[in-house]
Amino acid sequence: MPNNSSSRLQGSDLSCIRDDRVLFEELCFELNSGQLLLLEGENGSGKTSLLRILCGFREPDAGQVLWCGHAINDSQYYDDMAYVGHLDGVKKELTVLENLKVSLALGQRGQYSIAQALLKVQLADFEDAPVQSLSAGQKRRLSLARLLITHNTLWILDEPFTSLDKQGISLIERLMTEHCKNGGMIILTSHHDIALPSVDVQRILLS
Amino acid sequence: MSLFYAFIAIIRRDLLLAVRRRSEIANPLLFFILVITLFPLGIGAQPHLLQAIAPGIIWVSALLAAMLSLDSLFRSDFDDGSLEQILLSPYPASILVLAKIIAHWLVTGLPLLIVAPLLAVFLGMPTQSLGVLLLTLLLGTPVLSLIGAIGVALTVGLRRGGMILSLLVLPLYVPVLIFAGNAVEMAGSGLPVDAQINILISILCLSLVLAPWPTAAALKMSVN
Repeated sequence: MPNNSSSRLQGSDLSCIRDDRVLFEELCFELNSGQLLLLEGENGSGKTSLLRILCGFREPDAGQVLWCGHAINDSQYYDDMAYVGHLDGVKKELTVLENLKVSLALGQRGQYSIAQALLKVQLADFEDAPVQSLSAGQKRRLSLARLLITHNTLWILDEPFTSLDKQGISLIERLMTEHCKNGGMIILTSHHDIALPSVDVQRILLS
Repeated sequence: MSLFYAFIAIIRRDLLLAVRRRSEIANPLLFFILVITLFPLGIGAQPHLLQAIAPGIIWVSALLAAMLSLDSLFRSDFDDGSLEQILLSPYPASILVLAKIIAHWLVTGLPLLIVAPLLAVFLGMPTQSLGVLLLTLLLGTPVLSLIGAIGVALTVGLRRGGMILSLLVLPLYVPVLIFAGNAVEMAGSGLPVDAQINILISILCLSLVLAPWPTAAALKMSVN
């Protein structure tokens, strides 16, 4: 439930060096409520590395990430963010419902109930299906349903459109537009062209 | 209260997963039983020798069974990205990791306790030491899971961490092996074992409090 309209994510002078190769240097950005940040660049240009720095998995080699003016480790950051990465983060032996219940227990209750979220991502008939029987696109939609059931302001999405069909892509675009309208913010990488006419989109080109 | 809810949810999830993939429970248990049944065959018809080394056999087998089961602790969560989600949770990672370790012990350690008395009788262990054997296993096997978790957390990101894992973890298992084995042996001769049991209790308390932190920190490094 993105209700805190004063949320702000800042990256100041971020650098990332991997195996003696500088991926990016002195990268600065500021993201406010209702905005979307799109990271663009070729394969290996450091998009995922930047997302992992923003998640706190990786320390930036220089600079810092600030959430509402505080370093991410000293703030409410992890209460307010959610991440969907390359890996779906769901257990294939558990059913759709069981997976979402665990996700809900690990976070705080959000805007939608599990049933409503499943309806939104069009998985309502699959509640009791084990995840291993779902297709790759359905798994992706399941991991995106996690964003809807927990409380979060910032979505960090790494290639959210992978393995989704046209209908799935427009579905996720609708959800993203709605999230930004409610004062949320989104950071994503994508190879697809995204069509979000009513959202304030910033772009960073990594090269 | 919601931290408690998250803690229970992790335990519940891991137990459910263990039920769905039964080999995870069966493997260490079968290994434990097989190793112990091989000893009488290897030693031959020497019941006194067997009786004398029975505490050692049972404890060394338990140690190896615990080693064998360690890799499953974080492997699948690491591979499918669930670990990232656990670490990104607003709750302290060390507490959630402790829940995972407890679930792991319930799945791999507790079954050993159930079959151990049977195998002890099979090796000819005196009946007065059975109670002490169970007590040492009850206190000792959780320590094996707790200390092992630190090692697995450090090596889960490596492709072939198996060898390094045993080099890291086995030396740390030695104190448990010494005090537990000694306690069972003493009990067989009818001597008091309070000192060894107290030491095992303190090792358990210490690792229960101290092990989850380095485990959580090492996992954060491994997902990097």
